[in-house]
Amino acid sequence: MRKITLLLLTAFTLSACMTTSEGPGTSMTTDDYRARRGPDGVHPDLNGIWQALGSAHYDLERHMASAGTQLRHAPLGPVPPKAVVAFGAFAAVPPGMGVVVGGKIPYTAEALAKRDENRSNALDRDLALKCYMPGVPRATYMPYPFQILQGDKDFFISYQFASSVRSIYSEDPGPAPIDSWMGQSVASWEGETLVLDVTGLHPDTWLDRAGNHHSEQLHVIERYTPMGPNHLQYEATIEDPAVYTRPWKISMPLYRRMEQDFQILDFKCVEFVEELLYGQWRKNPLD
Amino acid sequence: MKMKLLSLLITATLAQYATAEIPRTASGKPNFNGNYDTATLTPHQRPKAFGNNLYMSREEADKVVAAENEAQAAGEKELDPNREAPPEGGDGNYALGAGGVGGYNTFWIARGDTSLEIDGKFRTSILYQPENGRYPKMLPAAGARMMKKYASFSKGNPGYAWWLEEEGPSPYDGPESRTLSDRCLQGFGSTGGPPMMPTLYNNFKRVVQSEDHVMILVEMVHDVRTIRLDSKHVSEDIRLWMGDSIGHWEGDTLVVDTTNFTDNPGNGRATRDLHVVERFTMQDETTLHYQFTAEDPNTWAEPWSGEYTWPKSPDPVYEYACHEGNYAMGSILRGARLLESEYKPKEK
Repeated sequence: MRKITLLLLTAFTLSACMTTSEGPGTSMTTDDYRARRGPDGVHPDLNGIWQALGSAHYDLERHMASAGTQLRHAPLGPVPPKAVVAFGAFAAVPPGMGVVVGGKIPYTAEALAKRDENRSNALDRDLALKCYMPGVPRATYMPYPFQILQGDKDFFISYQFASSVRSIYSEDPGPAPIDSWMGQSVASWEGETLVLDVTGLHPDTWLDRAGNHHSEQLHVIERYTPMGPNHLQYEATIEDPAVYTRPWKISMPLYRRMEQDFQILDFKCVEFVEELLYGQWRKNPLD
Repeated sequence: MKMKLLSLLITATLAQYATAEIPRTASGKPNFNGNYDTATLTPHQRPKAFGNNLYMSREEADKVVAAENEAQAAGEKELDPNREAPPEGGDGNYALGAGGVGGYNTFWIARGDTSLEIDGKFRTSILYQPENGRYPKMLPAAGARMMKKYASFSKGNPGYAWWLEEEGPSPYDGPESRTLSDRCLQGFGSTGGPPMMPTLYNNFKRVVQSEDHVMILVEMVHDVRTIRLDSKHVSEDIRLWMGDSIGHWEGDTLVVDTTNFTDNPGNGRATRDLHVVERFTMQDETTLHYQFTAEDPNTWAEPWSGEYTWPKSPDPVYEYACHEGNYAMGSILRGARLLESEYKPKEK
């Protein structure tokens, strides 16, 4: 009896947390909205160009504004590294309420230390900065649009950033034969929700610019649920026993890009990072 | 006038297929969803010996396959895991990017294992217009442009810093000096096009289609073509690596019109004014017929057309992470800097 009361209490506390300052709630109920049917005539239509708003791409956890992701010590307080000083306000990190359900990522002590160390070395270690494909779930909430293509049974997602794409299977092909930057996704429907089960992810991608990380054991379960004609609720459960003490969730809305004739234009950032990656080996290096 | 000529050519696609059962979407449209292996041993351009003959006999087609099998078998020998390391400094073979230390070998090459067969007849080339199955003669200005673009590549890498003996830019001055495929900005051989052509390897395509979009994933460099149906072209200020593609249905054929290219379309001869019209038709359950016509007033005096089939493949398409694994770019530039530091004028 006492156990049940405790459980109920815990549940109450949790749900209270979710609706107050402790971070976002889990997905809202979908009872009151039924989306237009998709190409198969049965499941909701998720076709469209979508984008997240907010500051999750800077830091999934709740955070106050700062002068930059990576800071260096200075006699009177932290300042940005020399390489980004010229960016001024553009390099500063805006504040965010966080998208981690419950507020904090449940790192092991060791993994938390690595996160902090990552953060102090973000310019060297964040591979998205080098225009590498950003991985999942990060690609979803980077500040760039992405397009969901939904056929009768087939799905495809193409992202503007780094022209990243997902391999999405409608039937489980078994374990991924090799790790890849965007992983292997298997699609299924749970009522009105599209579920993508993602494995085979490369260990070197990050979850945001703040050094939040994972290992090659990462398993992401994404849930896309229509909440109205122009927004989806996005939820991702993140499991990785090598890095976290328990599975945890992020939750945020995704918005349809409403501009007339909106389309994904090329953002092949590879050519924009050539000076960063190869400039030192030019015949005549620039200053 | 130009448009008229183009549409005339398009209507004159050579393949005539009987109305077979084709896959259809829930809404009744032809259903292209699936993976395709577009490799074929039939060349883009017709070997001159065939003249204006579009077709070859089964015997001749078998010969093409046998020659490829022979070449592959010979190449397999080079893959012997117990072979010795190349001699220090390389073996002197700088062909095909081998770099003297064995770069490409048979392991990489996947040009297909059949000759192109349409309506039961084997083809001598993918191009069928002009009649000789070869690209039209380039305009003089285009020839000069190509010379300028590729002249410095003609020397390859003879193992010393030859460019120090010459005026002008070298192919190793910086990342921008390299080809777009070396830079992982585009696949080579017009694999993403349009027009999309078969090339040395990684010839898979994945098609996913909704009611108003058709997406084609090009395996090499994970390039995506997103074709908007019943739409209009984006403003001419906007340029895209694979152009801006809009499509519409003509009966059971998807017709795709592409403009708004950059200065570097997949076809290395063409310019930003390239205009391509493609026609996608499901020929039966498992075969997509792909036809195209291309024109560019800065390059050719006349349009050219081709066609080939894309058989469906049960195989998955894996991620082609080119840039993420591009150790070659740094090595090419560092190698050139090393050769420069070792250069002695008398080595010439």
